Amino acid sequence: MAYSDKVIDHYENPRNVGSMDKDETNVGTGMVGAPACGDVMRLQIKVTDDGIIEDAKFKTYGCGSAIASSSLLTEWVKGKTLDEASAIKNTDIANELELPPVKIHCSVLAEDAIKAAIDDFKAKSKK
Amino acid sequence: MKTPIYFDYSATTPVDKRVAEKMCDCLTTEGNFGNPASSSHEFGWKAEDAVEQARKDVADLINANPKEIVFTSGATESDNLAIKGIAHFYKKNGKHIVTSKTEHKAVLDTCRQLEREGYEVTYLDPEPNGLIDLKKLEAALREDTILVSIMHVNNEIGVIQDIKAIGEITRPRKIMFHVDAAQSAGKVPIDMDDLKVDLMSFSAHKIYGPKGIGALYVCRKPRVRLEAQMHGGGHERGMRSGTLATHQIVGMGEAFRLAKLEMAADNERIRMLRDRLLAGLQDIEETYVNGDLEQRVPHNLNVSFNFVEGESLIMALKELAVSSGSACTSASLEPSYVLRALGRNDELAHSSIRFSLGRFTTEEEIDFAIKKIHENIGKLRELSPLWEMFKDGIDLESIEWTAH
Repeated sequence: MAYSDKVIDHYENPRNVGSMDKDETNVGTGMVGAPACGDVMRLQIKVTDDGIIEDAKFKTYGCGSAIASSSLLTEWVKGKTLDEASAIKNTDIANELELPPVKIHCSVLAEDAIKAAIDDFKAKSKK
Repeated sequence: MKTPIYFDYSATTPVDKRVAEKMCDCLTTEGNFGNPASSSHEFGWKAEDAVEQARKDVADLINANPKEIVFTSGATESDNLAIKGIAHFYKKNGKHIVTSKTEHKAVLDTCRQLEREGYEVTYLDPEPNGLIDLKKLEAALREDTILVSIMHVNNEIGVIQDIKAIGEITRPRKIMFHVDAAQSAGKVPIDMDDLKVDLMSFSAHKIYGPKGIGALYVCRKPRVRLEAQMHGGGHERGMRSGTLATHQIVGMGEAFRLAKLEMAADNERIRMLRDRLLAGLQDIEETYVNGDLEQRVPHNLNVSFNFVEGESLIMALKELAVSSGSACTSASLEPSYVLRALGRNDELAHSSIRFSLGRFTTEEEIDFAIKKIHENIGKLRELSPLWEMFKDGIDLESIEWTAH
Protein backbone atom coordinates (compact mmCIF):
# COMPACT_ATOMS: atom_id res chain seq x y z
CA MET A 1 0.00 0.00 0.00
CA ALA A 2 1.42 3.36 -0.97
CA TYR A 3 1.26 6.31 1.42
CA SER A 4 0.40 9.85 0.33
CA ASP A 5 3.20 12.43 0.22
CA LYS A 6 1.57 14.26 3.14
CA VAL A 7 1.60 11.16 5.33
CA ILE A 8 5.24 10.55 4.45
CA ASP A 9 6.14 14.17 5.20
CA HIS A 10 4.52 14.08 8.66
CA TYR A 11 5.95 10.64 9.33
CA GLU A 12 9.49 11.60 8.39
CA ASN A 13 9.35 15.06 9.97
CA PRO A 14 6.80 14.77 12.77
CA ARG A 15 5.78 18.13 14.25
CA ASN A 16 5.49 18.81 17.98
CA VAL A 17 6.76 15.51 19.35
CA GLY A 18 7.15 15.54 23.09
CA SER A 19 5.63 15.57 26.54
CA MET A 20 4.24 18.12 28.96
CA ASP A 21 3.82 17.80 32.71
CA LYS A 22 0.35 16.26 32.97
CA ASP A 23 -0.03 17.55 36.53
CA GLU A 24 0.16 21.22 35.48
CA THR A 25 -3.29 22.84 35.79
CA ASN A 26 -3.09 24.45 32.35
CA VAL A 27 -2.23 21.15 30.60
CA GLY A 28 -4.84 18.71 29.26
CA THR A 29 -3.83 15.14 28.36
CA GLY A 30 -5.71 12.70 26.16
CA MET A 31 -4.48 9.15 25.71
CA VAL A 32 -6.56 6.92 23.43
CA GLY A 33 -6.21 3.55 21.73
CA ALA A 34 -4.71 0.33 23.05
CA PRO A 35 -1.53 -1.66 22.47
CA ALA A 36 -3.76 -4.63 21.60
CA CYS A 37 -5.10 -2.72 18.61
CA GLY A 38 -1.65 -1.62 17.48
CA ASP A 39 -2.05 2.09 18.17
CA VAL A 40 -1.86 4.37 21.19
CA MET A 41 -2.01 8.15 20.80
CA ARG A 42 -1.18 10.67 23.51
CA LEU A 43 -2.03 14.30 22.81
CA GLN A 44 -1.33 17.13 25.23
CA ILE A 45 -2.43 20.77 25.05
CA LYS A 46 -1.35 23.83 27.04
CA VAL A 47 -4.17 26.34 27.41
CA THR A 48 -3.93 30.08 28.22
CA ASP A 49 -6.21 31.86 30.71
CA ASP A 50 -8.29 33.08 27.75
CA GLY A 51 -8.96 29.52 26.63
CA ILE A 52 -6.56 29.51 23.68
CA ILE A 53 -4.40 26.43 22.95
CA GLU A 54 -0.90 27.91 22.94
CA ASP A 55 1.03 24.66 22.57
CA ALA A 56 0.39 21.02 21.68
CA LYS A 57 2.57 17.91 21.90
CA PHE A 58 2.06 14.29 20.92
CA LYS A 59 3.55 10.84 21.08
CA THR A 60 2.09 7.96 19.07
CA TYR A 61 2.69 4.23 18.93
CA GLY A 62 1.17 3.07 15.68
CA CYS A 63 1.43 2.96 11.93
CA GLY A 64 2.62 5.85 9.74
CA SER A 65 -0.93 7.11 9.24
CA ALA A 66 -1.55 7.25 13.00
CA ILE A 67 1.67 9.18 13.51
CA ALA A 68 0.81 11.56 10.67
CA SER A 69 -2.77 12.09 11.94
CA SER A 70 -1.58 13.12 15.39
CA SER A 71 1.27 15.25 14.03
CA LEU A 72 -1.12 17.14 11.74
CA LEU A 73 -3.61 17.62 14.57
CA THR A 74 -1.04 19.28 16.83
CA GLU A 75 -0.34 21.79 14.04
CA TRP A 76 -4.03 22.50 13.56
CA VAL A 77 -5.04 23.02 17.19
CA LYS A 78 -2.31 25.51 18.06
CA GLY A 79 -3.78 29.02 18.35
CA LYS A 80 -7.36 27.70 18.34
CA THR A 81 -9.93 28.10 21.12
CA LEU A 82 -11.10 24.92 22.86
CA ASP A 83 -14.41 25.12 21.00
CA GLU A 84 -12.70 25.51 17.64
CA ALA A 85 -10.37 22.60 18.39
CA SER A 86 -13.17 20.30 19.45
CA ALA A 87 -14.97 21.06 16.18
CA ILE A 88 -12.19 19.36 14.15
CA LYS A 89 -13.61 16.24 12.54
CA ASN A 90 -11.82 13.04 11.69
CA THR A 91 -12.90 13.47 8.07
CA ASP A 92 -10.96 16.77 7.91
CA ILE A 93 -7.81 14.89 8.91
CA ALA A 94 -8.51 11.94 6.61
CA ASN A 95 -9.09 14.25 3.64
CA GLU A 96 -6.00 16.37 4.28
CA LEU A 97 -3.77 13.27 4.55
CA GLU A 98 -5.60 11.35 1.80
CA LEU A 99 -5.95 8.32 4.07
CA PRO A 100 -7.14 5.09 2.43
CA PRO A 101 -10.28 3.42 3.88
CA VAL A 102 -8.30 0.94 6.01
CA LYS A 103 -6.58 3.88 7.74
CA ILE A 104 -9.64 5.99 8.55
CA HIS A 105 -9.56 4.68 12.12
CA CYS A 106 -6.26 6.59 12.61
CA SER A 107 -8.05 9.88 12.01
CA VAL A 108 -10.90 8.80 14.30
CA LEU A 109 -8.33 8.12 16.99
CA ALA A 110 -6.85 11.61 16.51
CA GLU A 111 -10.28 13.22 16.91
CA ASP A 112 -10.84 11.15 20.06
CA ALA A 113 -7.44 12.26 21.37
CA ILE A 114 -8.08 16.02 21.10
CA LYS A 115 -11.56 15.60 22.63
CA ALA A 116 -10.06 13.60 25.51
CA ALA A 117 -7.36 16.24 26.06
CA ILE A 118 -9.94 19.05 26.13
CA ASP A 119 -12.17 17.07 28.54
CA ASP A 120 -9.18 16.44 30.79
CA PHE A 121 -8.31 20.15 30.83
CA LYS A 122 -11.92 21.17 31.56
CA ALA A 123 -12.25 18.63 34.36
CA LYS A 124 -9.07 19.98 35.92
CA SER A 125 -10.11 23.65 35.74
CA LYS A 126 -13.44 22.91 37.47
CA LYS A 127 -11.59 21.76 40.57
CA MET B 1 24.60 -2.20 -3.71
CA LYS B 2 21.08 -1.52 -4.98
CA THR B 3 18.18 -0.54 -2.73
CA PRO B 4 15.60 -1.60 -1.71
CA ILE B 5 17.36 -4.72 -0.48
CA TYR B 6 15.38 -7.93 -0.61
CA PHE B 7 14.94 -9.57 2.81
CA ASP B 8 11.69 -11.37 2.03
CA TYR B 9 12.86 -14.72 0.63
CA SER B 10 10.22 -16.54 2.69
CA ALA B 11 7.51 -14.72 0.72
CA THR B 12 9.05 -15.66 -2.58
CA THR B 13 12.44 -15.95 -4.26
CA PRO B 14 13.67 -14.69 -7.60
CA VAL B 15 13.89 -17.41 -10.24
CA ASP B 16 17.51 -18.54 -10.56
CA LYS B 17 18.84 -17.56 -14.00
CA ARG B 18 19.81 -21.20 -14.67
CA VAL B 19 16.18 -22.16 -14.00
CA ALA B 20 14.77 -19.38 -16.19
CA GLU B 21 16.90 -20.51 -19.14
CA LYS B 22 15.57 -24.07 -18.93
CA MET B 23 12.01 -22.77 -18.76
CA CYS B 24 12.46 -20.56 -21.81
CA ASP B 25 13.44 -23.65 -23.80
CA CYS B 26 9.94 -25.06 -23.34
CA LEU B 27 7.78 -22.34 -24.86
CA THR B 28 8.23 -21.45 -28.52
CA THR B 29 8.21 -23.28 -31.86
CA GLU B 30 11.97 -23.79 -31.58
CA GLY B 31 11.54 -25.20 -28.06
CA ASN B 32 9.90 -28.09 -26.26
CA PHE B 33 6.32 -26.79 -26.45
CA GLY B 34 4.37 -30.00 -26.91
CA ASN B 35 1.67 -31.40 -24.68
CA PRO B 36 3.21 -34.12 -22.50
CA ALA B 37 -0.03 -36.08 -22.88
CA SER B 38 0.21 -36.19 -26.70
CA SER B 39 1.31 -39.78 -27.10
CA SER B 40 0.96 -39.88 -30.88
CA HIS B 41 3.95 -37.78 -31.93
CA GLU B 42 7.44 -36.66 -31.08
CA PHE B 43 6.42 -33.24 -29.72
CA GLY B 44 4.46 -35.00 -27.00
CA TRP B 45 7.19 -37.57 -26.28
CA LYS B 46 9.84 -34.84 -25.89
CA ALA B 47 7.63 -32.87 -23.51
CA GLU B 48 6.86 -36.02 -21.55
CA ASP B 49 10.59 -36.77 -21.24
CA ALA B 50 11.21 -33.27 -19.85
CA VAL B 51 8.36 -33.62 -17.34
CA GLU B 52 9.57 -37.04 -16.20
CA GLN B 53 13.13 -35.77 -15.77
CA ALA B 54 11.76 -32.91 -13.64
CA ARG B 55 9.66 -35.38 -11.63
CA LYS B 56 12.83 -37.35 -10.95
CA ASP B 57 14.73 -34.19 -9.92
CA VAL B 58 11.96 -33.24 -7.48
CA ALA B 59 11.85 -36.78 -6.07
CA ASP B 60 15.67 -36.90 -5.75
CA LEU B 61 15.80 -33.91 -3.41
CA ILE B 62 13.62 -35.80 -0.89
CA ASN B 63 14.82 -39.32 -1.70
CA ALA B 64 11.41 -40.43 -2.99
CA ASN B 65 10.22 -42.42 -5.98
CA PRO B 66 9.27 -40.18 -8.95
CA LYS B 67 5.94 -42.04 -9.08
CA GLU B 68 5.12 -40.50 -5.71
CA ILE B 69 5.21 -36.93 -7.08
CA VAL B 70 1.98 -35.26 -8.23
CA PHE B 71 2.36 -31.84 -9.83
CA THR B 72 -0.04 -29.10 -8.70
CA SER B 73 -0.29 -25.33 -9.06
CA GLY B 74 1.54 -24.73 -5.78
CA ALA B 75 1.70 -25.60 -2.11
CA THR B 76 -1.78 -24.16 -1.43
CA GLU B 77 -3.31 -26.59 -3.93
CA SER B 78 -1.15 -29.42 -2.58
CA ASP B 79 -2.41 -28.72 0.96
CA ASN B 80 -6.01 -28.66 -0.28
CA LEU B 81 -5.58 -31.87 -2.25
CA ALA B 82 -3.91 -33.68 0.63
CA ILE B 83 -6.29 -32.63 3.40
CA LYS B 84 -9.59 -32.66 1.53
CA GLY B 85 -8.49 -35.66 -0.54
CA ILE B 86 -7.73 -37.75 2.56
CA ALA B 87 -10.73 -36.51 4.53
CA HIS B 88 -13.12 -37.34 1.70
CA PHE B 89 -11.57 -40.70 0.81
CA TYR B 90 -11.27 -42.03 4.37
CA LYS B 91 -14.41 -40.50 5.91
CA LYS B 92 -15.79 -43.96 6.68
CA ASN B 93 -12.86 -44.45 9.09
CA GLY B 94 -13.59 -41.26 11.01
CA LYS B 95 -14.00 -37.54 10.72
CA HIS B 96 -11.39 -36.15 13.12
CA ILE B 97 -8.31 -34.16 12.05
CA VAL B 98 -5.44 -32.79 14.17
CA THR B 99 -3.41 -29.74 13.15
CA SER B 100 -1.82 -26.73 14.88
CA LYS B 101 -2.68 -23.07 15.31
CA THR B 102 0.50 -21.91 13.59
CA GLU B 103 -0.10 -23.67 10.29
CA HIS B 104 -0.25 -21.74 7.04
CA LYS B 105 -3.68 -20.41 6.07
CA ALA B 106 -3.80 -22.95 3.23
CA VAL B 107 -4.03 -25.67 5.91
CA LEU B 108 -6.11 -23.75 8.47
CA ASP B 109 -8.70 -22.54 6.01
CA THR B 110 -8.98 -25.97 4.38
CA CYS B 111 -9.64 -27.44 7.83
CA ARG B 112 -12.27 -24.76 8.46
CA GLN B 113 -14.00 -25.81 5.24
CA LEU B 114 -14.00 -29.44 6.39
CA GLU B 115 -15.53 -28.35 9.70
CA ARG B 116 -18.38 -26.83 7.68
CA GLU B 117 -18.73 -30.22 5.99
CA GLY B 118 -19.14 -31.92 9.36
CA TYR B 119 -15.57 -32.91 10.23
CA GLU B 120 -14.06 -32.18 13.64
CA VAL B 121 -10.66 -30.47 13.87
CA THR B 122 -8.35 -30.12 16.88
CA TYR B 123 -6.01 -27.11 16.65
CA LEU B 124 -2.97 -27.69 18.86
CA ASP B 125 -1.36 -24.79 20.73
CA PRO B 126 2.41 -24.65 20.16
CA GLU B 127 4.83 -24.14 23.04
CA PRO B 128 6.15 -20.57 23.56
CA ASN B 129 9.15 -21.45 21.35
CA GLY B 130 6.79 -22.35 18.47
CA LEU B 131 7.32 -26.13 18.63
CA ILE B 132 4.60 -28.73 19.05
CA ASP B 133 4.75 -30.77 22.25
CA LEU B 134 4.57 -34.38 21.01
CA LYS B 135 2.81 -35.54 24.17
CA LYS B 136 0.02 -33.03 23.56
CA LEU B 137 -0.22 -34.20 19.96
CA GLU B 138 -0.43 -37.82 21.04
CA ALA B 139 -3.08 -36.93 23.62
CA ALA B 140 -5.21 -35.25 20.94
CA LEU B 141 -5.43 -38.42 18.81
CA ARG B 142 -8.68 -40.37 18.96
CA GLU B 143 -10.18 -43.57 17.60
CA ASP B 144 -11.76 -41.59 14.76
CA THR B 145 -8.68 -39.48 13.89
CA ILE B 146 -7.89 -39.95 10.21
CA LEU B 147 -5.30 -37.23 9.55
CA VAL B 148 -2.60 -35.19 11.27
CA SER B 149 -1.33 -32.14 9.36
CA ILE B 150 1.75 -30.38 10.77
CA MET B 151 4.07 -28.11 8.80
CA HIS B 152 7.80 -28.81 8.62
CA VAL B 153 9.14 -25.23 8.81
CA ASN B 154 6.98 -22.33 9.89
CA ASN B 155 6.72 -19.50 7.36
CA GLU B 156 6.74 -16.68 9.93
CA ILE B 157 9.23 -17.82 12.55
CA GLY B 158 11.24 -20.50 10.74
CA VAL B 159 11.06 -23.15 13.48
CA ILE B 160 11.48 -26.80 12.43
CA GLN B 161 8.94 -29.31 13.76
CA ASP B 162 10.09 -32.84 14.57
CA ILE B 163 8.22 -34.58 11.73
CA LYS B 164 10.25 -37.77 12.15
CA ALA B 165 8.94 -38.19 15.70
CA ILE B 166 5.37 -37.31 14.69
CA GLY B 167 5.46 -39.98 11.97
CA GLU B 168 6.48 -42.55 14.59
CA ILE B 169 3.31 -41.65 16.50
CA THR B 170 0.86 -41.63 13.59
CA ARG B 171 2.02 -44.61 11.47
CA PRO B 172 1.39 -47.41 14.06
CA ARG B 173 -2.09 -45.97 14.58
CA LYS B 174 -2.75 -45.99 10.82
CA ILE B 175 -3.41 -42.24 10.91
CA MET B 176 -2.39 -40.34 7.77
CA PHE B 177 0.31 -37.72 8.27
CA HIS B 178 0.51 -34.68 5.98
CA VAL B 179 3.40 -32.20 6.11
CA ASP B 180 3.46 -28.77 4.47
CA ALA B 181 7.10 -28.51 3.41
CA ALA B 182 6.84 -25.33 1.34
CA GLN B 183 9.35 -23.57 3.60
CA SER B 184 11.65 -26.50 4.27
CA ALA B 185 12.43 -28.12 0.91
CA GLY B 186 15.89 -27.03 -0.17
CA LYS B 187 16.65 -25.72 3.32
CA VAL B 188 16.40 -28.82 5.50
CA PRO B 189 17.49 -32.31 4.34
CA ILE B 190 14.41 -34.47 3.76
CA ASP B 191 14.70 -38.24 3.36
CA MET B 192 11.39 -39.96 2.68
CA ASP B 193 12.95 -43.36 3.41
CA ASP B 194 13.61 -42.19 6.93
CA LEU B 195 10.30 -40.37 7.55
CA LYS B 196 6.91 -41.93 8.14
CA VAL B 197 5.17 -39.16 6.25
CA ASP B 198 2.24 -40.03 3.96
CA LEU B 199 1.81 -36.74 2.14
CA MET B 200 4.06 -33.72 1.71
CA SER B 201 3.36 -30.38 -0.01
CA PHE B 202 5.99 -28.48 -2.01
CA SER B 203 6.27 -25.15 -3.75
CA ALA B 204 8.77 -24.15 -6.46
CA HIS B 205 8.87 -20.40 -5.92
CA LYS B 206 10.27 -20.63 -2.40
CA ILE B 207 13.46 -22.20 -3.73
CA TYR B 208 14.31 -20.15 -6.83
CA GLY B 209 11.78 -21.81 -9.12
CA PRO B 210 8.75 -20.19 -10.77
CA LYS B 211 5.44 -19.30 -9.12
CA GLY B 212 2.37 -21.29 -10.12
CA ILE B 213 3.85 -24.75 -9.73
CA GLY B 214 4.13 -27.13 -6.80
CA ALA B 215 3.89 -30.78 -5.99
CA LEU B 216 2.34 -33.22 -3.58
CA TYR B 217 4.26 -36.29 -2.47
CA VAL B 218 1.83 -39.19 -2.11
CA CYS B 219 3.38 -42.23 -0.42
CA ARG B 220 3.17 -45.58 -2.29
CA LYS B 221 4.29 -47.88 0.54
CA PRO B 222 2.01 -47.96 2.43
CA ARG B 223 -0.34 -46.93 -0.32
CA VAL B 224 -2.13 -43.66 0.27
CA ARG B 225 -5.34 -42.96 -1.63
CA LEU B 226 -6.92 -39.62 -2.33
CA GLU B 227 -10.13 -38.24 -3.70
CA ALA B 228 -9.23 -35.88 -6.55
CA GLN B 229 -10.22 -32.24 -6.14
CA MET B 230 -9.70 -31.34 -9.79
CA HIS B 231 -11.49 -33.54 -12.32
CA GLY B 232 -10.84 -33.88 -16.03
CA GLY B 233 -8.47 -35.82 -18.25
CA GLY B 234 -7.14 -38.00 -15.46
CA HIS B 235 -3.60 -36.62 -15.45
CA GLU B 236 -1.21 -37.39 -12.61
CA ARG B 237 -2.70 -40.88 -12.09
CA GLY B 238 -6.15 -39.38 -11.68
CA MET B 239 -5.18 -37.30 -8.68
CA ARG B 240 -4.93 -33.97 -10.46
CA SER B 241 -6.32 -33.36 -13.91
CA GLY B 242 -5.18 -30.55 -16.15
CA THR B 243 -2.60 -30.24 -18.93
CA LEU B 244 0.89 -30.42 -17.45
CA ALA B 245 2.64 -27.04 -17.73
CA THR B 246 5.94 -28.25 -19.17
CA HIS B 247 7.86 -24.99 -18.67
CA GLN B 248 6.69 -24.63 -15.06
CA ILE B 249 7.44 -28.26 -14.23
CA VAL B 250 10.88 -28.09 -15.88
CA GLY B 251 11.55 -24.93 -13.83
CA MET B 252 10.57 -26.67 -10.63
CA GLY B 253 12.68 -29.69 -11.49
CA GLU B 254 15.77 -27.58 -12.19
CA ALA B 255 15.24 -25.55 -8.99
CA PHE B 256 15.03 -28.75 -6.95
CA ARG B 257 18.07 -30.23 -8.73
CA LEU B 258 20.12 -27.11 -7.93
CA ALA B 259 18.84 -27.10 -4.35
CA LYS B 260 20.16 -30.61 -3.84
CA LEU B 261 23.57 -29.60 -5.19
CA GLU B 262 23.88 -26.30 -3.35
CA MET B 263 21.85 -26.65 -0.15
CA ALA B 264 24.76 -27.45 2.16
CA ALA B 265 26.94 -24.55 0.98
CA ASP B 266 23.97 -22.14 0.83
CA ASN B 267 22.91 -23.03 4.37
CA GLU B 268 26.37 -22.50 5.79
CA ARG B 269 26.72 -19.08 4.18
CA ILE B 270 23.19 -18.01 5.16
CA ARG B 271 23.71 -19.13 8.75
CA MET B 272 26.81 -16.93 8.92
CA LEU B 273 24.80 -13.97 7.60
CA ARG B 274 21.90 -14.63 9.98
CA ASP B 275 24.29 -14.77 12.95
CA ARG B 276 25.81 -11.49 11.82
CA LEU B 277 22.38 -9.86 11.61
CA LEU B 278 21.33 -11.19 15.00
CA ALA B 279 24.58 -10.02 16.63
CA GLY B 280 24.06 -6.59 15.11
CA LEU B 281 20.56 -6.26 16.58
CA GLN B 282 21.07 -7.77 20.00
CA ASP B 283 22.46 -4.60 21.56
CA ILE B 284 19.13 -2.85 20.96
CA GLU B 285 17.23 -2.78 24.24
CA GLU B 286 13.92 -4.71 24.51
CA THR B 287 14.53 -6.83 21.41
CA TYR B 288 13.13 -10.36 21.32
CA VAL B 289 13.65 -13.21 18.86
CA ASN B 290 10.35 -14.99 18.12
CA GLY B 291 10.55 -18.77 17.93
CA ASP B 292 13.23 -21.24 18.93
CA LEU B 293 16.69 -20.20 17.74
CA GLU B 294 18.18 -23.73 17.60
CA GLN B 295 15.38 -25.73 15.97
CA ARG B 296 15.17 -23.22 13.14
CA VAL B 297 16.23 -22.66 9.53
CA PRO B 298 18.99 -20.03 9.28
CA HIS B 299 17.04 -18.25 6.55
CA ASN B 300 14.58 -16.71 8.99
CA LEU B 301 15.00 -14.15 11.74
CA ASN B 302 11.78 -12.88 13.30
CA VAL B 303 12.37 -10.12 15.84
CA SER B 304 10.09 -7.96 17.96
CA PHE B 305 11.32 -4.48 18.80
CA ASN B 306 9.16 -3.75 21.83
CA PHE B 307 7.15 -0.49 21.91
CA VAL B 308 7.66 0.14 18.19
CA GLU B 309 4.72 -0.72 15.94
CA GLY B 310 5.74 -3.05 13.10
CA GLU B 311 4.09 -1.24 10.20
CA SER B 312 5.66 2.10 11.13
CA LEU B 313 9.05 0.42 11.39
CA ILE B 314 8.62 -1.14 7.96
CA MET B 315 7.77 2.33 6.66
CA ALA B 316 10.95 3.70 8.22
CA LEU B 317 13.01 0.86 6.78
CA LYS B 318 11.97 1.73 3.25
CA GLU B 319 15.35 0.67 1.87
CA LEU B 320 14.77 -2.85 3.24
CA ALA B 321 12.09 -5.15 1.81
CA VAL B 322 10.94 -6.93 4.98
CA SER B 323 7.54 -8.02 6.23
CA SER B 324 5.59 -8.04 9.44
CA GLY B 325 4.02 -11.43 9.75
CA SER B 326 3.47 -13.30 6.53
CA ALA B 327 2.74 -11.77 3.15
CA CYS B 328 -0.70 -13.34 3.16
CA THR B 329 -1.81 -11.49 6.27
CA SER B 330 0.22 -8.27 6.24
CA ALA B 331 -2.56 -6.34 4.50
CA SER B 332 -4.77 -6.80 7.54
CA LEU B 333 -4.54 -4.82 10.75
CA GLU B 334 -4.51 -7.89 12.94
CA PRO B 335 -1.29 -8.82 14.70
CA SER B 336 0.32 -12.07 13.60
CA TYR B 337 -1.82 -15.06 14.59
CA VAL B 338 1.35 -17.13 14.77
CA LEU B 339 2.92 -14.88 17.40
CA ARG B 340 -0.39 -14.72 19.30
CA ALA B 341 -0.47 -18.54 19.33
CA LEU B 342 3.02 -18.50 20.86
CA GLY B 343 1.58 -16.48 23.73
CA ARG B 344 3.36 -13.26 22.79
CA ASN B 345 1.59 -10.22 24.25
CA ASP B 346 -0.11 -7.68 22.00
CA GLU B 347 2.73 -5.16 22.01
CA LEU B 348 5.29 -7.75 20.99
CA ALA B 349 2.99 -9.31 18.39
CA HIS B 350 2.40 -5.87 16.87
CA SER B 351 6.13 -5.11 16.90
CA SER B 352 7.48 -8.03 14.90
CA ILE B 353 9.57 -7.91 11.74
CA ARG B 354 10.47 -10.94 9.65
CA PHE B 355 13.85 -10.88 7.93
CA SER B 356 14.29 -13.76 5.53
CA LEU B 357 17.62 -14.32 3.81
CA GLY B 358 18.48 -16.29 0.71
CA ARG B 359 20.88 -17.31 -2.01
CA PHE B 360 21.62 -13.75 -3.13
CA THR B 361 21.90 -12.01 0.26
CA THR B 362 25.34 -10.44 0.87
CA GLU B 363 27.32 -9.39 3.93
CA GLU B 364 27.21 -5.78 2.75
CA GLU B 365 23.40 -5.92 2.68
CA ILE B 366 23.29 -7.30 6.22
CA ASP B 367 25.56 -4.52 7.52
CA PHE B 368 23.44 -1.88 5.79
CA ALA B 369 20.29 -3.35 7.38
CA ILE B 370 21.82 -3.30 10.86
CA LYS B 371 22.78 0.36 10.42
CA LYS B 372 19.31 1.37 9.19
CA ILE B 373 17.52 -0.46 11.98
CA HIS B 374 19.69 1.18 14.64
CA GLU B 375 18.98 4.62 13.17
CA ASN B 376 15.23 4.16 13.09
CA ILE B 377 14.41 2.24 16.27
CA GLY B 378 15.65 5.15 18.37
CA LYS B 379 13.64 7.66 16.38
CA LEU B 380 10.41 5.66 16.62
CA ARG B 381 10.85 5.03 20.32
CA GLU B 382 11.21 8.76 20.89
CA LEU B 383 7.76 8.98 19.29
CA SER B 384 6.26 6.15 21.33
CA PRO B 385 4.22 6.92 24.46
CA LEU B 386 4.59 3.24 25.43
CA TRP B 387 8.38 3.51 25.41
CA GLU B 388 8.20 6.64 27.61
CA MET B 389 5.92 4.84 30.07
CA PHE B 390 8.21 1.82 30.08
CA LYS B 391 11.19 4.08 30.81
CA ASP B 392 9.22 5.75 33.64
CA GLY B 393 8.64 2.30 35.14
CA ILE B 394 4.89 2.23 34.46
CA ASP B 395 3.43 -1.27 34.07
CA LEU B 396 1.47 -1.21 30.78
CA GLU B 397 -0.67 -4.10 32.00
CA SER B 398 -1.97 -1.89 34.84
CA ILE B 399 -3.54 0.65 32.45
CA GLU B 400 -7.15 0.49 31.39
CA TRP B 401 -6.91 0.94 27.64
CA THR B 402 -9.81 2.11 25.54
CA ALA B 403 -10.00 -0.62 22.93
CA HIS B 404 -11.39 0.56 19.61
